[in-house]
Amino acid sequence: MSSNKVWIVLQQRDGKVSRISWEAIAAGQKLAAALGAEAEAVLLGSGVSDLAQEVASADLAAVHLADHENLADYTPGAYVGALAGAIQAAQPAFVLFPHTYQTVDYFARLAQETGAGLLPEMTGFEQGDDGLLFHRPILEGKMVAKVRVKGEDTVLASVQSGAYSRDDMEAGSGAEVRGLDFDASRVVPDREILGVEDVAGGELDLTKEDLIVAVGRGVGGADKMGPVEELAAALGAEIAASRPVVDNGWLARERQIGSSGQTVAPKLYLALGISGAIQHVVGMKGSSNVVAVNKDPGAPIFQLARYGIVGDLHEVVPALTEAVKAAKS
Amino acid sequence: MRVAVCIKQVPDTEARLQVAADGRWIDEEEVPFVINESDEYALEEGLRIAEAGGGEVVVFSLGPARVTEALRKALALGASRAVHLDDDAFAGGDALATARALAAAIAKEGGDEGFDLVLTGSQSDDVGYGSTGSVLAGHLGWPHAWLVMGVEVEEGGKSAKVTREMEAGMNEIIRLALPAVIEVQAGINKPRYASLKGIMQAKRKPLDSVSAADLGIDAGQLGAAGSRLEVVSVGFPEAGEGAQILEGDPADAARALVEKLQKEARIL
Repeated sequence: MSSNKVWIVLQQRDGKVSRISWEAIAAGQKLAAALGAEAEAVLLGSGVSDLAQEVASADLAAVHLADHENLADYTPGAYVGALAGAIQAAQPAFVLFPHTYQTVDYFARLAQETGAGLLPEMTGFEQGDDGLLFHRPILEGKMVAKVRVKGEDTVLASVQSGAYSRDDMEAGSGAEVRGLDFDASRVVPDREILGVEDVAGGELDLTKEDLIVAVGRGVGGADKMGPVEELAAALGAEIAASRPVVDNGWLARERQIGSSGQTVAPKLYLALGISGAIQHVVGMKGSSNVVAVNKDPGAPIFQLARYGIVGDLHEVVPALTEAVKAAKS
Repeated sequence: MRVAVCIKQVPDTEARLQVAADGRWIDEEEVPFVINESDEYALEEGLRIAEAGGGEVVVFSLGPARVTEALRKALALGASRAVHLDDDAFAGGDALATARALAAAIAKEGGDEGFDLVLTGSQSDDVGYGSTGSVLAGHLGWPHAWLVMGVEVEEGGKSAKVTREMEAGMNEIIRLALPAVIEVQAGINKPRYASLKGIMQAKRKPLDSVSAADLGIDAGQLGAAGSRLEVVSVGFPEAGEGAQILEGDPADAARALVEKLQKEARIL
């Protein structure tokens, strides 16, 4: 039986609480209100009490700080070790996490260790006939599932990037910062960190581009890029790609847009044969004008786009090149 | 190296999807099923590791009768044995329930020697929990890593140097003690195609099935009954404003688009 609390476990790196962590606080405040519960934040790290004070400016019942040298660098062993006992002792109804690669790397293991339920990648919730129904994307974002949580015990849930806005976060009057009640002997790294490498950066900075022509799996091969290059040249645009294109070796990784690539917000983002999976969308949803060309009228990219053409990109792209040239001449 | 690889068979998301009559899942009737994308990469990585160090790959899959096709394909690609977790009690599980069954099957089929490495894909293209491999590692008591873009077995199989993706185009290089569970990201390698010889050989390779009773797990701990999550309904995303769709043949649609970009969006 869980207590009347909603915890939000934040992610910090390089002296900053991540953007999506603030979104998770907004989600946690809303969930706590729906449950008649109190929202509390949890921050893990080493020497991060300044950040805890910053978080305390949000409308929260408390900020729990786990400060330990073994939490300076993230490892699942240390993070699970710090959180497992604390969650079992406090038994929050829900523990929310920002849906990041780091969260997914350890929070399933934390659920297994604590016996909690696990709800990855929620994008929202509504009141159903039989309690809350949580929304989450399925089938690579083509559809949405509404999910009920059975039982009363703690549930760990991650909140998708962009599902909530930091602007919706309620400010408070200064929450109390407390030490998290955890067992330091369990805070043990289970991997050795050897270093980090920058794989996407390369020479190419797409973040400054006003016009981007992006290709997805639908382009069909490196040998089919010619017409796309002609269109980009006619527009004066730079070429970018979704992940499958890069994985297939059709374009260099420095051109990848999305959660594991660059994040861009150009005036024009012309998405060719890109379905609109969330991993891609997080890297381009800030674009002022998204145009989608896709043969599948149900592709999620059309939800996001301002303009769309339903059709085979191999026919549409040469036609677009002609139309752009005609308009510019 | 004894390598276990877990694969999932998923609906081809390129196919036209429709909601099933009960509203709780898609209508699977007309939809082709394929091996989940990141699992194909996990299988290829497992085959390469086994081939390099001398060893074998045993492939596991949980699901209805159709998953034997995916397992046969894995055998054709080079796995030496396949294990089908075949029991209605396994169906409809969330990540925790599914991983409980897989962990028990891997422990049982590993025998006294056990496996040195378990590989899975990072995320399924259908339900997309992205969590099954990590929970599996928890049950086995092994270290794990998610979203892995490189594996180098070291010290004669005592450890592995692993590259895992972080956000914003950064990778982290870590070292894990083996045995471990490694959840592979799509793009780590270039998966092979099955040869005719491989397909012929696959027909003679063992494909065993295990039930909940074989694993000694109470059915209440498995599948839908053992899950905290219950999918109440599925549907297509509510259309936001949606795109203005420009109709006509490619030339007409292209001209209409360029006009909109000039006059409405004012960007060309």
